[in-house]
Amino acid sequence: MDLIIPTISQGLLWSIMAIGVYITFRVLDIADLTVEGSFPLGAATASALLVAGYTPIMAIFIACITGMLSGIITGLLHTKLKIPALLAGILTMIALYSVNLRIMGKANISLLQIDTIFSFFPLNVDKQMMILIIGFIAVIIIAVINYWFFGTEIGAAIRATGYNPHMIRANGVNTDMTIVLGLLLSNGLVAISGALVAQSNGFADVGMGVGTIVIGLASVIIGEVLFGTKSFRNSLISVILGSIVYRIVIAVVLQLGMPPNDLKLFTAVLVALALSMPLFQAKLNAKKRKAAN
Amino acid sequence: MLTVNNISKTFNPGTITEKIALTNVSLELKAGDFVTVIGGNGAGKSTLMNSIAGTFPVDNGQISIDNNDITKWSEHKRAKYIGRVFQDPMMGTAAGMMIEENLAIASRRGKTLSLRWSAPKSERNKFRELLQSLNLGLEDRLESKVGLLSGGQRQALTLLMATMAQPKLLLLDEHTAALDPKTAQQVLNITNDIVNKRQLTTLMITHNMRDALRCGNRLIMMFNGQIIVDVSGDDKKNLTVNDLLSMFEKASGSEMANDRMLLG
Repeated sequence: MDLIIPTISQGLLWSIMAIGVYITFRVLDIADLTVEGSFPLGAATASALLVAGYTPIMAIFIACITGMLSGIITGLLHTKLKIPALLAGILTMIALYSVNLRIMGKANISLLQIDTIFSFFPLNVDKQMMILIIGFIAVIIIAVINYWFFGTEIGAAIRATGYNPHMIRANGVNTDMTIVLGLLLSNGLVAISGALVAQSNGFADVGMGVGTIVIGLASVIIGEVLFGTKSFRNSLISVILGSIVYRIVIAVVLQLGMPPNDLKLFTAVLVALALSMPLFQAKLNAKKRKAAN
Repeated sequence: MLTVNNISKTFNPGTITEKIALTNVSLELKAGDFVTVIGGNGAGKSTLMNSIAGTFPVDNGQISIDNNDITKWSEHKRAKYIGRVFQDPMMGTAAGMMIEENLAIASRRGKTLSLRWSAPKSERNKFRELLQSLNLGLEDRLESKVGLLSGGQRQALTLLMATMAQPKLLLLDEHTAALDPKTAQQVLNITNDIVNKRQLTTLMITHNMRDALRCGNRLIMMFNGQIIVDVSGDDKKNLTVNDLLSMFEKASGSEMANDRMLLG
């Protein structure tokens, strides 16, 4: 039972990354692998700054900026140099591995003796509760900002770019701009998530980004299936809840005795199944129709 | 208004799939001209239209609108002046967004986008009135996703969107070709209404000769990347399908063999 609070907290902190993945994967219709680099980038930047004595809020803010920069790089590789989006993301991801090592100066940084965002506010609650509270507040703020932004003229243009680039170009919008903007926003969020996760774990590690995209996709898909996609607001809430459900699923299978080393394999299989659902559903429906005839 | 001066376009030059699509085409449209464009497959109709819209750069020649040389402008920059409806009903709208959101985007065509709310409630009445003019019952479905509409409804909506922010030039690329005959006529009637009421300078490709004769004040026929017939005014009013066929034979020196041209 005492696992419930940390599980939900982790779900909240990671859901910010999942919102980032949602922006690229669903809104822009791009599978952006930059997140595998920008997640540890956020963690590395924030941790290095915390160790250097910056306040947690400043550290998270700068981590967000570096994440945005990495999104811009992928965006420019894709739009200006015409490199396919998937490959552009992979290139940035690989480059960021070196960048992250540079930022940290070593493979990992410990935050054990250092004030983090979770020890910053003088509230009389234990650390796990603090993570839950701050995670909840951060997710609410970020969800509201996203809901507002994607409802504005510029946000609507980004959404339209994903649905139909021809249409939005014919309406006078530079799709190179909207794609770069979407990637910027997405990776900024992913870096914030990385910064928060590092602080809750008490360390940043150069390898902590492995599988980020799959976790993000799992959250997006689980959320969509369980909580719907009626509107943009509905989708946003679904992604957040999806991230929490994903963490609960993981906690349950670990409790049932699955070795932690198999976690990524389990997640990959889960996502593969979820992604292939539409195909199976179509086949099932076709069979049903045949039977009905 | 629109001046197309001596433009040419060759696709895939220097490869085995090389295709000369336009050869030294010149065309001048006066403000308020409604020009229908006919011609067989591969005649260069769509290439001409896409060249004007900026989908791809032309090899040589100039295109200008109201004395602004737009030859080097990108597609999205030209959208400030140009409204477009495509052949594919899927192309002109964002399926996953609401009717209201699509209209809001179209109402800002060519304007710099800001962080203002995209589809404010205050614009709903305006949108409703516009949709009412289509007579398709869409005025009560502002919050429906466009993907739920039929092809004809989507084309009518696209037409509305293309003309919402007054375009200097309206480009219609066989916008009724993918619709069933009855819906096609309905959309064509709406087209005529809007273009005539607002005196829009319009270029409309059609494969239907009767439509080409019925609509507009001028007709051009293309063949092999060139304009081979250009009639306007009373000459156009008195044209018949048979006239068109014989003009085509005379100008191209070949029998009309393309079924698609004979439709109608």
